[in-house]
Amino acid sequence: MRERHINAILLGGLLATALAAWGLDQPFTITLATKVAILALAGVGLNITLGLGGMISLGHAAFFGIGGYAMGILASHAQNYTPLMEAPLLIEGTNSMPVIWLVAIAASALAALVIGALSLRTTGAYFIMVTLAFGQMLYYFAISWPAYGGEDGLSIYVRNGFPGLNTLDPIQFFGLCFVLLCLVLLFVARLGRAPFGLALTAARQVPARVEAVGLSPYRLQLVAFVLSGAITGLAGALFADLNRFVSPAMFSWQTSGEIMVFVILGGVARLCGPVAGAALFILLEHWLGALSEFWHIYLGALLLIVVLFARGGLIGQIAGREAAHD
Amino acid sequence: MTEPVLSVRNLEKSFGALKATDGVSLDLRPGEIHALIGPNGAGKSTLIGQIAGNIRPDRGEVRFAGRDVTGLPTGARARMGLGRTFQISALAMEHTVLQNVVLGALAARGGAMRFWRPVLQDGALLEQAEAALGRVGLSEHTAARTAELSHGQRRQLEVAVALALRPRAFLMDEPMAGLGAEGSKQLTGFLDGLRAEAPILLVEHDMDAVFALADRISVLVYGRVIATGTAEEIRASREVREAYLGEEDA
Repeated sequence: MRERHINAILLGGLLATALAAWGLDQPFTITLATKVAILALAGVGLNITLGLGGMISLGHAAFFGIGGYAMGILASHAQNYTPLMEAPLLIEGTNSMPVIWLVAIAASALAALVIGALSLRTTGAYFIMVTLAFGQMLYYFAISWPAYGGEDGLSIYVRNGFPGLNTLDPIQFFGLCFVLLCLVLLFVARLGRAPFGLALTAARQVPARVEAVGLSPYRLQLVAFVLSGAITGLAGALFADLNRFVSPAMFSWQTSGEIMVFVILGGVARLCGPVAGAALFILLEHWLGALSEFWHIYLGALLLIVVLFARGGLIGQIAGREAAHD
Repeated sequence: MTEPVLSVRNLEKSFGALKATDGVSLDLRPGEIHALIGPNGAGKSTLIGQIAGNIRPDRGEVRFAGRDVTGLPTGARARMGLGRTFQISALAMEHTVLQNVVLGALAARGGAMRFWRPVLQDGALLEQAEAALGRVGLSEHTAARTAELSHGQRRQLEVAVALALRPRAFLMDEPMAGLGAEGSKQLTGFLDGLRAEAPILLVEHDMDAVFALADRISVLVYGRVIATGTAEEIRASREVREAYLGEEDA
């Protein structure tokens, strides 16, 4: 089966699940589908660095968390009718999703620029450790920042609004997240085939060659890291809105690990790998979680099997070794 | 005399107590093939690295296309038109043959910071890449995955990637390495024609190729150039025979 057919089935299946649940009046299932879309989006972000760029970032929770707190901070000020800042200029909170998304994207892109600029000076295990360290720094910062809930996190009582939609209606919120996921997937698909994608994937394989033809692997990787962080940041803002709650857990290294698990389960460098991975993860959490609270044991076993025997992940197994480009 | 395209003046580089480059001066004039030969460990790779920009010299100067490029990184020198081939093929194995060559042409044609339009729909870029592939005789393999190529084809591709940059000068590190007699002969014929387009600084162990191609030869021993001259002069030099060629004759 060709990869693009699998992608269509995956996205179509996710949409059909949500619509069927809506028809059968099962809001909880819609919420699960929404969670899949949002977590997949976070994974699509990571897949740019991990899959295309070959940079193993164990710090993507930093961007997920920044996106989440961008939502939490803006919405809590709007909720309490207190301005974010009065001097030198007045900045009010907001509960408008588009504004929150833009702030989440800008803030996480900026953070990715700083974190990437520093951590891309290292490679291999050091790169993993430096990105992990940045994530943990933000985690402890969030815990010790009492203004926004500290360890307890922040609750937002009403979901933020989107012009013309009732976002409290699960199917409408799902629709928003699903459309965003598809738009980002379209962008990443184009990115992979564009000059940037060619140069980035070459920089993963033969950095010396990329330099010798007059391009800078460092710049390519830094730009990829920023795009990646911005997408994961957007997912963070949506995740916070799904739960109407933000907490330092979004910054934890377990979150970074889970985002990486989505990518690896689904298929590294495969466009819809994170969609398959996140769907599988949520299904396992839902089914096995009902059987035992130690369901992570089974997840661990599955991950081992994928890493040892099925390197291409779920999509790689079905689509075969067909390249991510043609 | 015409201005050299590439020149190196009093270059020095030490690694600890080892002087890998010890006051090297040489130049590359338009239209010539200048071969750099020397026994293993003579410092050829270190010298090439300093010319390409991967290795920073301790002292001395590298000039390219009329500019002092000693402080410039590899990428900047490449964009000025310094095309390079590697001793061990440095190709993106997962990519197709065509993609590798397109990569070579990218910097000169719009750069890599383009995020939307598929690179394989860029007509001008493709034309340039396909032309380069045609010239090295790989036209039939454009769609093949690079990992599937034979060693000889990879060496040809290595040259095509450098060609795609449309360089002002070539820096070729053992392009014949691992090629059979037939492959060497073919590549020798190709390089012979290439010098009219852009001069070549050629590091090569294949002495038949060197003597067939080189307008001038420099002999590097223990980090020093002990002789520079035509093939005849080098063959006649007693110093060179003792230091280098003698070993082969024995």
